[in-house]
Amino acid sequence: MVEFALPKNSRITGGKSWPKPEGATETREFRIYRWSPDDGKNPSVDTYHVDINDCGPMVLDGLIWIKNHIDPTLSFRRSCREGVCGSCAMNIDGQNTLACTKSMHDVADGGAVKVNPLPHQPVVRDLIPDLTNFYAQYASIEPWLHTTTPTPQKEWKQSKEDREKLDGLYECILCACCSTSCPSYWWNSDRYLGPAALLQANRWVMDSRDEATGERLDNVEDAFRLYRCHTIMNCTKACPKGLNPAKAIANLKLKLVERQS
Amino acid sequence: MSDATRSNSSIRTALKRVRGLGASGSHATSDFWWQRVTAVGMLLLTVPVIVIVMMLLGRNQAGAGQILGTPVIALIMLLFVVASSWHMKIGMQVVIEDYIHGEKVKLVAILANNFFALAVALASAYAIFKLSSGV
Repeated sequence: MVEFALPKNSRITGGKSWPKPEGATETREFRIYRWSPDDGKNPSVDTYHVDINDCGPMVLDGLIWIKNHIDPTLSFRRSCREGVCGSCAMNIDGQNTLACTKSMHDVADGGAVKVNPLPHQPVVRDLIPDLTNFYAQYASIEPWLHTTTPTPQKEWKQSKEDREKLDGLYECILCACCSTSCPSYWWNSDRYLGPAALLQANRWVMDSRDEATGERLDNVEDAFRLYRCHTIMNCTKACPKGLNPAKAIANLKLKLVERQS
Repeated sequence: MSDATRSNSSIRTALKRVRGLGASGSHATSDFWWQRVTAVGMLLLTVPVIVIVMMLLGRNQAGAGQILGTPVIALIMLLFVVASSWHMKIGMQVVIEDYIHGEKVKLVAILANNFFALAVALASAYAIFKLSSGV
């Protein structure tokens, strides 16, 4: 059956409360999920206080400040710190988003900033989820141009109108906020491709230069791979880039119905 | 992810697991399509069916037989039975596939669901035929 409760070794117990930084006049409370594979303990939620006068405004700035000033063992992924790379995706105040583009001051007025790893993925350590399956699903849709016609000497041409059809699709940075916010993906991530991979599948189906449209549709025409989407729309709500994976999935379903008759 | 999948994850590649047995083909789209067709059908039929049921209220078997003996009314009732039981079958199957992960239990549940939907549809159709023919 589907897992409605966390396994025993994943249940959150206790947590350490770190002292407020000395000399700080204004602080912001962070409650952060901690788990290490090394000590055999259950996960916990540690409480930290960030000196907001010594720190940038984003949640990621807060995490880096904690790592530099309080607890160097705190682990998380980050790279570009400007919403382009998708590394710092995590669950902040109950919503999957990018720590680098989410202001700590937008989080529940005056309350603590609650930070957890992306939901329903195996945790590698602290805020780092294991996205192996997610990446394999992306690889399975073969996200590159498929052509049989001999490659033209200069380039594959595309009209302006056809190029515009890729707007709202090509911007996806594969941060996994959408897929890991989807209940259907929580229950069936081994067989359901999830919104991110399906948005990418649709991106290649919509590409006027790609010659494998039919094969691409064949590849997702499955009760689980595509049709586990029940239009819950959490994906669209979560996307930190403002994209609409639910619409992309609806377009795939439309294409499949169109070719039926 | 089941425990068995997880324990094999270190030696099998992730792509092998994701590709699995491949895509199941047009059957999935057919179910998706017919779920919508039956939904639209039921939307159109619901008001006439409610009217018919209200007409039947308080009548004895002969009176009910007289109303259901009208071909158009019998047809509306039959269409409603077909659309709703088909819709029920597909909808329940989706719920089973969502929440039941053991392959054997899932197979048994889907089988039971198919039989149940068929039995409900046939029993309802038989009742309509029996009443409308006045036997």
